[in-house]
Amino acid sequence: MSEQLNTGDKKPEFWRWQENCWADETKDWRSAKAVTVGIDVGSVSSQCVIVADGELYAYNSMRTGNNSPDSARNAFKGVTEKTGLTLDDVHMVVGTGYGRVNVPFSHKAITEIACHARGANYMGGNKVRTILDMGGQDCKAIHCDDKGKVTNFLMNDKCAAGTGRGMEVISDLMQIPIAELGPRSFEVDEEPEAVSSVCVVFAKSEALALLKGGYTKNKVIAAYCQAMAERVVSLLERIGVEEGFFITGGIAKNPGVVKRIEKLLGIQAMNTKIDSQIAGALGAALFANTLVQKQGPLAPIAA
Amino acid sequence: MIANYGYKDGSGEYYISIDTDKCISCEAGRACLTGCPKGMFETMVDDYDDEVVQIKQQFRRNLAYDCAECKPASNRPPLPCITACTPGAITHSW
Repeated sequence: MSEQLNTGDKKPEFWRWQENCWADETKDWRSAKAVTVGIDVGSVSSQCVIVADGELYAYNSMRTGNNSPDSARNAFKGVTEKTGLTLDDVHMVVGTGYGRVNVPFSHKAITEIACHARGANYMGGNKVRTILDMGGQDCKAIHCDDKGKVTNFLMNDKCAAGTGRGMEVISDLMQIPIAELGPRSFEVDEEPEAVSSVCVVFAKSEALALLKGGYTKNKVIAAYCQAMAERVVSLLERIGVEEGFFITGGIAKNPGVVKRIEKLLGIQAMNTKIDSQIAGALGAALFANTLVQKQGPLAPIAA
Repeated sequence: MIANYGYKDGSGEYYISIDTDKCISCEAGRACLTGCPKGMFETMVDDYDDEVVQIKQQFRRNLAYDCAECKPASNRPPLPCITACTPGAITHSW
């Protein structure tokens, strides 16, 4: 069982995904002319990304707490501890995501749709055209041009079907760590039909019924991954899918869903070495960098 | 940019699409703002600093119900929002 599940006497948290803090040790922010910050406060996860002279320098990705301002502060604090950088050293901060208007030290708020497109353009290059963001509690299909500017978008935030939260619920129900769901969904004799409902509440009861009916855990996970894939593909088809397909958000790390989406679309998703979960915050930091080039640096706002 | 506001659920797809390229230089004097009997449209400055129209947040998850009065099952008249938007920026998916 993975380390994240060793919680002493507490109930194991199978849904808990790996939080991440990283800095590029080959660079030094002190030598950069422009240091900008992007903060993405999502419904499930929060990220802080530092961009130095338009290049990714550091990031922190963690679970969102019970209020947006504290989540933003904590995400920034993680990077501060890793790099020694403080708000006084930052030239501009842009907030994005569900809690973007509640980032206490941001100079501007930009929607996550524009930020994900900009971030995906950086991560996947100028060939990225169709972006699928599978977030914690919503799902977005985005089209962009070669500069990462949005040309068409669609967002479904009415229910948690086909989102990260849905996968967390299944992880807890199956008592399998969330990072193992994807690989285990392929360990089946034959591919099952998708569960008929991806509504998180109904899928949970349907999964229980399948287990009682003789399905193995792996087969239930496979059926759920297939249902999620079908759900998001129907969204993507509404705006049309072009070559240069890129997936952002936490579910991009789940091969069980990604491979099934690729199979349904007949298109391979583009690969990246950068954590797919930071795309929104990265886009926000890149927007901030562009604004610094145009307007000059801004005085820090107290956190 | 085509901005799609709405949702898909078990009963169907309900999206109002706004072509913001046609909306930026509105030749109809933002007639959609008053044309919609429910007042569902509002202006905003988008992420690229253009003033465009969007659907108010509180209506985005209820379009099937909020638009129902303008969409009777038979003898459907032209939709007021689409009639008001002479540049043709507004479309409905259902």
